[in-house]
Amino acid sequence: MESIGVLMICPMNSYLEQELDKRFKLFRYWNIPQTQQFLKENSNSIRAVVGNSMAGADAQLIESLPKLEIVSSFSVGLDKIDLNKCKEKGIRVTNTPDVLTEDVADLAIGLMLAVLRRLCECDRYVRKGLWKTGDFKLTTKFTGKSVGIIGLGRIGTAIAKRAEAFDCPISYYSRSEKADTNYKYYPSVIDLASNCQILVVACSLTPETRHIINREVIDALGPKGVLINIGRGPHVDEAELVSALVEGRLGGAGLDVFENEPEAPEELFGLDNVVLLPHVGSGTIETRTAMADLVLGNLEAHFLNKPLLTPVV
Amino acid sequence: MASIVLYLNNSAKDITFPLLEDRFQFLNPNTSSDSLFSSLAGTVRILLCVANSPVNSETLDKYPSLECVVGSTTGLNHIDLAECRRRGIRVTNAGDAFADDAADYAVGLLIETLRRISAADRFVRAGSWAVKGQFPLSYKVWGKRVGIAGMGSIGRRISKRLQAFGCSIAYNSRKPKANISFPFYASVQELASNVDILVVCCALTNETRHIINRDVMKALGKEGIIVNIGRGSLIDEKEMVKLLVKGEIGGAGLDVFENEPVVPRELHALDNVVLSPHRGGAVPESLLRLQEIMIANIEAFFANKPLLSEIELESLSWILS
Repeated sequence: MESIGVLMICPMNSYLEQELDKRFKLFRYWNIPQTQQFLKENSNSIRAVVGNSMAGADAQLIESLPKLEIVSSFSVGLDKIDLNKCKEKGIRVTNTPDVLTEDVADLAIGLMLAVLRRLCECDRYVRKGLWKTGDFKLTTKFTGKSVGIIGLGRIGTAIAKRAEAFDCPISYYSRSEKADTNYKYYPSVIDLASNCQILVVACSLTPETRHIINREVIDALGPKGVLINIGRGPHVDEAELVSALVEGRLGGAGLDVFENEPEAPEELFGLDNVVLLPHVGSGTIETRTAMADLVLGNLEAHFLNKPLLTPVV
Repeated sequence: MASIVLYLNNSAKDITFPLLEDRFQFLNPNTSSDSLFSSLAGTVRILLCVANSPVNSETLDKYPSLECVVGSTTGLNHIDLAECRRRGIRVTNAGDAFADDAADYAVGLLIETLRRISAADRFVRAGSWAVKGQFPLSYKVWGKRVGIAGMGSIGRRISKRLQAFGCSIAYNSRKPKANISFPFYASVQELASNVDILVVCCALTNETRHIINRDVMKALGKEGIIVNIGRGSLIDEKEMVKLLVKGEIGGAGLDVFENEPVVPRELHALDNVVLSPHRGGAVPESLLRLQEIMIANIEAFFANKPLLSEIELESLSWILS
């Protein structure tokens, strides 16, 4: 398979990169100074694209790769891939579900605890030598807080299971009510936000869910409410979120994703009721290796004419 | 006659218990007038010990009619329990006032440490994400083997929470607990050899001082994590710092230290360590619950009824007579 051209869109994982290099003819898109030129010269040998949550395969790229057969995403989210275009052209698409579910859910709870119990701020307090001047203030109890989940898929369900162990009542919003669950369903995000103390975004990013967290939802969540986003930056109207946090209209936020990564809103850097993470939801050694193995496994299966491991299209 | 309670606050903490102030008359050696104090010191029967104010022989000698010490904390290592037992003085603690919040905190510290949440937050706030690129990969929480040193009310709550993260639980305690089905290890060292994460939440006594020593930490290993929400002196802090600095244990989430508020400077530079200024129980609801428990204990005492959160001094074999 060493002659099969694979285009890797951006740096994402050195193990994956090395393995792709070994097994295929790897092109590193981020190292190419003149992409137009490159595509003119090499497009006929590129049969696969490997993208991630930052960059994937939009219509323009797909059109410029006439021999493209498969897009294998190093992510579970598919918002950076033009799925319709892929369907139209018979291009296969795979992602990395399940292997990252636990990590993302673990992080969501970690963010809740960090925001409510001010764990990062406590750590800063000690490191700045402030403990000697006096005790850190009281923080906010987590046990028993009501948790509202937007999107009760694999990740949303995993978050619910963990929160239940802290006696948190669980409610959710989803496109349609789920039959096989006892959690309370709300038919709108605003209803959900009005009835929970911690709101978690755990749905996929589509044109319908862009800015699903807008001013009205933030107002409904309110000055004691906390927003946790482990989905995608564009789920949240970031400008509205920033002003709500700065003005104290929202109680706090734990954010792993932003509209314009790797930029995060600097206005939040001075706030102690937020925790800001650089998109590390699945960022453990164990999980990234498992994700890489899925990408490699899917590519090999495709080029050996075997069933794909985790096909989306 | 109003119930008189001796109010002892020789801690560095400026704590008040407003719910109690309405119900009882406090005799405070720091504020009561000399004449009032000397007339009542000899007859006061119950003492409210604020935070970690020491209660020792010297204290007890001053108040010869004392029959009960009401603690305001979970841990009672600042109270000479052997001396209390010798004098027939009953002791109560905070019961489960702080248990849920301490358990939440332990889980929070554990996730923070493994997933490097504080370090990653610092990375973003320093503007490093755009400049340096990807934050280094951290370690998975799901499915890790957790060893609980001390399976009391806090240890049980930690176990319940961590099981939802796919963690397996094992424990060490003075002796196996009848209604706990997790594997029991007779020594902390054996426990440490068989787990990835050691959560320290037992009482500090003469027997458990430095129970987490160098051998235990080496048994935990290079990838092992320690979480301490008990008392700083449960761990040989000097040894722990050496091992952390050398990379011989994987990391630590610490809410308590041997000499609070002093935290070893060497730890400040480490990203695999999360530091916290003893806030495991510090939420408003737990302080309210604490006051309810203390009121219940004091009222039961004066009514000659069973105390709510009495510590069984007779059964504590580690108290040397």
